[in-house]
Amino acid sequence: MAVTLMQGNEAVGWGALAAGCRFYAGYPITPSSEIAEMLSRELPKYGGKFIQMEDEIASLAACIGASVGGVKSMTATSGPGFSLMQEHIGYAAMTEVPCVIVSVQRLGPSTGQPTSPSQGDVMQARWGTHGDHPIIVLYPNSVPKAFGLTVTAFNLAEKYRTPVILLMDEVIAHMRERFEMPPFESLTVIDRMGTNVPPEWYKPYGDTIGDVPPMPSFGSGYRYHITGLFHDVMGYPTQRLDEINPLVERMQRKINNHLEDILLFEEEETDDANTVIIAYGVTSRSARHAMRLARNHRHNIGLLTLYTIWPFPEEAVMRIGRSARRVIVPEMNLGQLALEVERAVGKHKVVRVNRADGEMISPQMILQAIEGR
Amino acid sequence: MSGKNAFNRIEVRLAGEGGQGMILAGVILAEAAAIYDGKNIVQTQTYGPEARGGSSKAEVIISDGEIDYPEVINADFLVAMSQEACDKYASNLKKDGLLIVDSEKVRRVPLTNAIKLPITRMAVEATGKSITANVVSLGILVGLTNLVSREAIQKAIIARAPKGTEEVNQKALDRGLTAVEGLLSVKDKA
Repeated sequence: MAVTLMQGNEAVGWGALAAGCRFYAGYPITPSSEIAEMLSRELPKYGGKFIQMEDEIASLAACIGASVGGVKSMTATSGPGFSLMQEHIGYAAMTEVPCVIVSVQRLGPSTGQPTSPSQGDVMQARWGTHGDHPIIVLYPNSVPKAFGLTVTAFNLAEKYRTPVILLMDEVIAHMRERFEMPPFESLTVIDRMGTNVPPEWYKPYGDTIGDVPPMPSFGSGYRYHITGLFHDVMGYPTQRLDEINPLVERMQRKINNHLEDILLFEEEETDDANTVIIAYGVTSRSARHAMRLARNHRHNIGLLTLYTIWPFPEEAVMRIGRSARRVIVPEMNLGQLALEVERAVGKHKVVRVNRADGEMISPQMILQAIEGR
Repeated sequence: MSGKNAFNRIEVRLAGEGGQGMILAGVILAEAAAIYDGKNIVQTQTYGPEARGGSSKAEVIISDGEIDYPEVINADFLVAMSQEACDKYASNLKKDGLLIVDSEKVRRVPLTNAIKLPITRMAVEATGKSITANVVSLGILVGLTNLVSREAIQKAIIARAPKGTEEVNQKALDRGLTAVEGLLSVKDKA
């Protein structure tokens, strides 16, 4: 494909198609609407289905249903809709149904400021739904990354049978950048594991072949029970501790034992850095701009850009904490991921740079933190 | 270009009211630079929740190198199509930056060396349609600055023009370009 100018939201739509997404159910909301707009146009061409649902609760329910039917599914929303989806994010985590939820953040709380950027939903993406659930949250910082991480989101969802959240900034969603979309066939696309055991032997939540049970589609001859209640290996509700505990542990293990595969981040100029900026999303671009300016003035500044924010890349951040004297955490919120950074490197080393008024953090704000003003 | 800073960035801001097509103008300028001139660009936009009215702006960063921070820090070029846009953004211009205003919509101009042209009236005279003012403004901007080549802006406009409106858009572009033909000294400065 030739070079085009593509918007972040459009890139998410193309990434979904490239990953094999063939079902989208959603309720349009600024600043995510271009994803729905684009997929309503393109999905039918790929033999997929697009449904505009009555609300966000129903949207994610429809995605979970389609996924159980064997079709990769996605929805997209923003803060107010993301709040409504929390119930079913927990359901997808508990029932281990792969799906991708895109949330393009806007300034909150409540309906807030629909067209203004914010990174206020970082903690909600991790803990918005109740209970100790596993979750993966990816965070792009450019149009090409929006495409690439959408593909990754589907791959991780299918591989680990988990909901994956793609958290985006309004600026990235609406920004246009040069992008040469790779041919779909050149991409690594992971499909969920099926099974060839006779249907009567199939255990939908068993751990005989590993922590991620195979998942045959509904309608393919494998009949099984799905519930949000704690369940036994056959999927039926249970109150037995010797069945609840293994499920709690397996759900955590299937993510925590594969962090090397799941945690995506990029280190730049951290070797000699006495100050390292840890940032994500569009704020990482302010940080990189500030780093380049500071390096021109012989400040030894490094940058750690996080593409996976949950699970939190604790080891990488702890390593930074051991080599750097100071860690700067700029966020378009009042300090959310900074809490995790402080836990990993020690509160005394962390300088927070925050704003939550719908404007971006400028390189100048980060430079001021670097210079200790 | 003297407008380039240490990061090789040229920063353009196109601002007006919602409905004037300034975001589309930003997209067209970005496409001209990226697709037809092969430059690196980032284009962003800010707008209110209204479909019409309210304030609206597009920003285009053009560079030969990497673009990290995606928004304008200090604009090299500002096109202001409303008084509010001019009031809000003129002070952010670089010292040697260029301000272009629609003289019938912006009565108070804070800079003495601004380019003042009745852009919307020029659009109506050239095409009969005030909505082509955004294309006229692109003609003025490109005519004065060589931000992108004339071929590139022309191709980008025609590629974006709805079917059947190619001629109208071409007229609007030409009107903008010819309006500033005599102002070579400004061009040299840019």
